[in-house]
Amino acid sequence: MKGRGEFLLEIGCEEIPAGALPKATGELKQILEKHLGAQGLVEASDVETFSSPRRLVAISHAVRLKQEDVTREVTGPPKSVAFDDVGQPTRAAESFAEKQGLPVSKLAIIKTPRGEYLAATQKISGRPAREILSEILPQAILELTFPRTMYWTSANGPRFARPIRWIVALLDGKVIPFTLAGVRAGAATVGHRFLGKAAIPVRGPQDYLAKLKKNFVIARAQERRQKIEKEIHTLVAKKGWRVHPDPALVELVTNLNEYPSILAGNFDPSYLELPDEILITVMRGHQKYFAVENAAKELQPHFLAVINLDSDRAGLVRAGHERVLRARFADARFFWETDQKCRLADYLPKLAQITYESRLGSYSDKVARMRSLARWIAEQWFNSGLHQADIPAADRAAELAKCDLATEMVREFTELQGIVGGLYAQAQGEPEDVATAVYDHYRPVGLDDPIPRNVTGCAVALADKFDSLVACFAVGLIPTGSSDPFALRRAALGVVKIILDRQVPLSLSMAVSAAAKTLASHKPKISTSAEVEKQVLEFLLDRARFILRERDGFAYDEVNAAFAAGADDLLDAKQRIAALKSIRHTRNFAPLASAFKRIRKILAKAGPPGSWRLGAVRADLFREDAERALHSAAQRVAEKAGAHKRAGRYREALEVIAELRPTVDKFFDDVLVMADEEEIRKNRLTLLAELLREFSTVADFSEMAPSDAK
Amino acid sequence: MRKSSTKTRAVKAGAKRKGPAFQDLLLELQRYWARRGCILQQPYDVEVGAGTMHPETFLRVLGPEPYRVAYIQPSRRPADGRYGENPNRLYKHTQLQVILKPAPADVQDIYLDSLRGIGINLKQHDIRFEEDNWESPTLGAWGIGWQVLLDGLEITQFTYFQQCGGLNLDPVSVELTYGLDRIAGYLQGVDNVFELRWNDSASYGQIRLAEEQQFSAYNFEFASPTTTRKLFDLSEAEAARLLDAYAQLRGKEKRRFPILAAYDFCLKCSHLFNILDARGVISTTERAAMIGRVRQLSCRVAEDYLDQRSTAAEAMA
Repeated sequence: MKGRGEFLLEIGCEEIPAGALPKATGELKQILEKHLGAQGLVEASDVETFSSPRRLVAISHAVRLKQEDVTREVTGPPKSVAFDDVGQPTRAAESFAEKQGLPVSKLAIIKTPRGEYLAATQKISGRPAREILSEILPQAILELTFPRTMYWTSANGPRFARPIRWIVALLDGKVIPFTLAGVRAGAATVGHRFLGKAAIPVRGPQDYLAKLKKNFVIARAQERRQKIEKEIHTLVAKKGWRVHPDPALVELVTNLNEYPSILAGNFDPSYLELPDEILITVMRGHQKYFAVENAAKELQPHFLAVINLDSDRAGLVRAGHERVLRARFADARFFWETDQKCRLADYLPKLAQITYESRLGSYSDKVARMRSLARWIAEQWFNSGLHQADIPAADRAAELAKCDLATEMVREFTELQGIVGGLYAQAQGEPEDVATAVYDHYRPVGLDDPIPRNVTGCAVALADKFDSLVACFAVGLIPTGSSDPFALRRAALGVVKIILDRQVPLSLSMAVSAAAKTLASHKPKISTSAEVEKQVLEFLLDRARFILRERDGFAYDEVNAAFAAGADDLLDAKQRIAALKSIRHTRNFAPLASAFKRIRKILAKAGPPGSWRLGAVRADLFREDAERALHSAAQRVAEKAGAHKRAGRYREALEVIAELRPTVDKFFDDVLVMADEEEIRKNRLTLLAELLREFSTVADFSEMAPSDAK
Repeated sequence: MRKSSTKTRAVKAGAKRKGPAFQDLLLELQRYWARRGCILQQPYDVEVGAGTMHPETFLRVLGPEPYRVAYIQPSRRPADGRYGENPNRLYKHTQLQVILKPAPADVQDIYLDSLRGIGINLKQHDIRFEEDNWESPTLGAWGIGWQVLLDGLEITQFTYFQQCGGLNLDPVSVELTYGLDRIAGYLQGVDNVFELRWNDSASYGQIRLAEEQQFSAYNFEFASPTTTRKLFDLSEAEAARLLDAYAQLRGKEKRRFPILAAYDFCLKCSHLFNILDARGVISTTERAAMIGRVRQLSCRVAEDYLDQRSTAAEAMA
């Protein structure tokens, strides 16, 4: 394209943390498009960015080499003011001309909708892009943000993720001159740390990418990911193995290597005696290896490592990785054997030495509270007819749940908390139900994580989470913004998920009260206020709204309307929300919802209910047929709707209520609520108040947003 | 439990010898850094948990003067002891500590060159720098850097110091901490640290196993919590007494004041705390409080050390 040229920027760094690369790459695009766009050098989304551990790169194929010249018309005073009766310029015209740096003779008269005005035409010539870029780029680069930054040139020097060691900045094949952190931008890039050359002159984006590849750097993450996936696939297919899909690990190794290749290694099959969870954690978490299974999903004594080389010519890399893994597995086996020299329950006394939170006591104290709560929850469920609820099992699982925190294995692999306890319980012959509950009780750890597999696990998980929530809120550890050290948001999310997904009824307010009572009656005996309980409930409902909207796809107003009629029993609330969703677009519903909104407004305007509310609606005070009709229809509908509601048939209940619509409409057409006569007015207000109360027990329709015009 | 009978075995005569003996590795790396302009220092003679605690690092990185130093530092980590029964874990491991102040722009290349020097062909191995930011709460020190992995094995901690003793550092020093036991195991192709060749006739186990066993026993079983606490309190009080006394001094009086002795007592506190921690007698809360007490001392030492040097400089002028 004429007047345009190719742009290349490479910020060469010492190894940038893998986790920081994706965000920084996105930011670089935004920042450059913002600055270059503001200068008129590129159109929107014309910049492509990518990165590898040692470089952040931006390219654009059509950057203007020079800003366009701009002609700008500046409007001055009206013609009538600018010239006197005889057509001579006035003082106003002269001062405008002076301000514009032009003689009056160069000014023009323009026609505008408001009349004729004096105007000046200013021509601003565009600056060369290279000049602009050399000013913009140093500051634009430092606008990038990272989770942690450092300084390296001096304490007042620039901050970046890691030291910047070289910069390539080219426009149309020529260097854009600037200096940043003592580094002068130039035209030479750097290849792979060990396989490539150290100073490679480049002419532009295409040349750059091609030369980098020759020097064992694949700059685009997408290409590196494809290479990794393809090589894994080829290798696994050849050997008849399978690899667990692990997108997060693929993403990580993509950003850890400039030239990723796959290496297959082996380990001593005798380690397969250890539980898969432990082997996989060691391989994945510590060594970033992919674990390998056979077709029957049994773990195999092999692993796949992603290395930053073209190949392992001498086999030294494989030998090295195998040696490291051997040491790691030897450690894990040592912990597995040492930990089990005593039984899981024998670790209980050690929990007294592990602090949960300074004011909330040790894990031993937490376990005592969890046991009490787990028993209470299991009892609630048992009494409501859930016969799998086993009180002694819940108690035992809660007792053992935190024991693994004192084991060597969990001290070494903290991410295995719960899992290790469950494995030890199982190996030591605890009932399956109890072992599974211990294993699962930290679940769910996120929106997509499954809930505990059995009822006992659900009881222990809930006991743990309710205790954490109430206890932390009681001592003021309430999450704010990004600070949530006790992961209370996750705990609240877990409570909601367990109740909704397991479909076991549990009153939130009763559970919170039970947790508060337990906290007050067990060491360190912290009493809570009703206010704290309310805060916890609100916190839980907030998470519930989130799940119902984001995961279950309900609309904002559907959730709010149903919650306004009560949310203590989340399962029940969810059924009411579903009924509401299914009926909201039917013929009668939307008009009825707006009628309810109107009622609410009328009642609000009428002042405090004490000033008008009658003990009951009085038939003798009716004056109009429409109000009599509404009264009797309401009684009839209430009876029918009530029956449906008691049977849990919420949709049917709402359908019946919606049938009130013509009667309500007629009432508003014929009846003036705010009648002059006081008694009649009060009676009408009372009628409406009753109506609102009676028909808001499934959902508060007045919370519903008006439906879109359909 | 592993059988430990093989570990004290002498090096087999005539066995195929791969890689340098442990002591040759130490000599080779020190020679390399001496050629790079480092002062070769000796290990510090007070118990330390890491090479960073040596005054040659903790104090020298403060202030503006350029400095380069390298030294071997046996580092004691009471909680890491395994009675010599675990092939990879040691109560006392051997570090090579290098400080380059200021950090040169090609510091990564200089470091990698030191690996070539001990026989590692960089093109045949997977060597990478993976994010690992270092922090020492007791020293009020932290930095940004990596762990250097050699075929998946962590061999060096590489850190750009940002703060030390709670003070911002200017210029920035780079700290390289080599894990020598691991590197030697890798080079010799030995899985068990106690089977390393120390020299041509003695194994690592022969030289060090008894020490591992006895100090593991001391730290986990024999150390008296009461006495250790008392020693901690005494050491803390002595450091604080010195620092308080320094605060009363003016001008020339400061010149020969033993700030360095106050630092020694601060180091003793740190080690005694580590013993109590390994002994399992401090709660999480108390733990945080004790770390805070040691940090307070080390931060005061850092400030006074700088103050003393600037006072001395004025007196000279």
